[in-house]
Amino acid sequence: MADNKMSARDLRAYFHKVEALHGVSLGFAANRVTAIIGPSGCGKSTLVRCLNRMHEVVPGATCAGQVLLDGEDIYAPAIDPVQVRRRVGMVFQKPTPFPTMSIEDNVAAGLKLNGIAVSRAERDRIVEESLRRAALWEEVKDRLKRPGASLSGGQQQRLCVARALAVEPEVLLMDEPCSALDPISTARIEELLLELKENFTIIIVTHNMQQAARCSDFTAFLYAGNLIEFGETKQIFTTPARRETEDYITGRFG
Amino acid sequence: MPRVKTRDFGVRAVGDRVFNLTTLAMALMILALLGGLTVELFSHALPSIKAFGFGFLTSTDWDPTTDLYGALPFIYGTVVSSVLALIIAVPLALGVALCLSEMAPAWLSRKIGFLVELLAAIPSVVYGLWGIFVAGPWLRDHLDPLLAKTFCFLPLFQGPQVSVSMLTASVILAIMVLPYISAVCTDVFRAVPSSQREAALALGATKWEMVRIAVLPYGVSGIIGAIILGLGRALGETIAVAMVIGNSPQISASLFMPSATLASVIANEFVEATSALNLSALFELGLVLLVLGLGLNIAARLMVYGATQRRFQKPT
Repeated sequence: MADNKMSARDLRAYFHKVEALHGVSLGFAANRVTAIIGPSGCGKSTLVRCLNRMHEVVPGATCAGQVLLDGEDIYAPAIDPVQVRRRVGMVFQKPTPFPTMSIEDNVAAGLKLNGIAVSRAERDRIVEESLRRAALWEEVKDRLKRPGASLSGGQQQRLCVARALAVEPEVLLMDEPCSALDPISTARIEELLLELKENFTIIIVTHNMQQAARCSDFTAFLYAGNLIEFGETKQIFTTPARRETEDYITGRFG
Repeated sequence: MPRVKTRDFGVRAVGDRVFNLTTLAMALMILALLGGLTVELFSHALPSIKAFGFGFLTSTDWDPTTDLYGALPFIYGTVVSSVLALIIAVPLALGVALCLSEMAPAWLSRKIGFLVELLAAIPSVVYGLWGIFVAGPWLRDHLDPLLAKTFCFLPLFQGPQVSVSMLTASVILAIMVLPYISAVCTDVFRAVPSSQREAALALGATKWEMVRIAVLPYGVSGIIGAIILGLGRALGETIAVAMVIGNSPQISASLFMPSATLASVIANEFVEATSALNLSALFELGLVLLVLGLGLNIAARLMVYGATQRRFQKPT
């Protein structure tokens, strides 16, 4: 088993007084795809949002416990959440291109942040590389100046992947990235995951069990805010250790 | 498709028709009011239009004793005081709106928002009084000398400093339009989807960077709309301006000098209009104000339309 790039230790998340995650501990292997599955409302999204400190953006949302990135607690007082988010990128459920920006400006949006200056040539190179990595370059290379919102839903989602990759994160969180997409776009995103894991550590939330089985190396099953089972994907889907996991993956509940 | 027959079908149709006609009548009433007002203004202004023609707009004379009238000083005063008011008010309003929508916690935001909107509820005559007795003298004694010293090379800030002046009027106007602009901008910023904010934050944006790349661009047409609203208010504001601008029909390079606006001169002079031509000239000023407001509104709307069309153009 590869080393853990990130790990959660007794992670608890709250919305005001309500505890949504009841002490979750698990590790995310470097350069692997880890899928988080579970029924709606089980805390999947909350868990990944705790991994790049996006959970606390929502008013009233807090968390406790530790999240280690390369062994360092991202919730330590000296850590700036902005720096965490640069290292741990995120793609959301619905595509969120910036509607007033062109395709290339969308990809380069993160490059202008935090006073990082890149030359024009460097910027163009990063835009092309990111779009290639997101398997979108061939489709948009002739219309980089077009608005990002003019693309189809599946293309917009890959644009958001490219935008997240452009800032060179180490970990990429994907919160149900295919739930708003058609099967063909979904297949493209899944292919993408297999290519991206060479360079990035990927954590994907999905309610689609076939998707988890197809493209992840490890799977975590979450239920009602508790981590029920975690292991290699093959093992989880063939010989689950827990009764709840078996019931869920065979469709008996959830 | 088979026809569905119900007993109350006919009744409902009649009810709908009555409702349609009533609302249509109300909508048409607005048109009729606007049309009637314009016709009335125009017919009263006709003697003056006949007497002075286009020269009315370019002449700087305004002299009831010789019955010579020109609107230029008032057009100048109206445009300059309004634009200056916006230059002061817009950055402030944007700051207030961003604080209320992005920075302040909900409980504080509600309270400050209420106070800002309260500014809009203060009668303009009270602003005028405050301008005459408090703001005007304060500006003359403190701000004017500072501006004169810092920008002594600009004719805008040269010459004698008077408490009733273009600058005082602009400052008062700025305070008066501030709540309108900031209230609309606050709503505009709150309407920006949280997904846009989160997308920016997830890229590693700081709060200010999030505002810059996600909130402001998304709200730009709304911001322009808010500024137009403020401009409309500033152009037409009468009493407060009439009280603090000094009502002197002259075009002066210095902002420290008294001036007059279309609205203020109408308010000041209509009771003591000495001749029929004087009254007619005042009506023509009203017409000019109407056209000016309408023209600026249309221009601003076209600007918004052009800006949004360019940015959201569909692929061909």
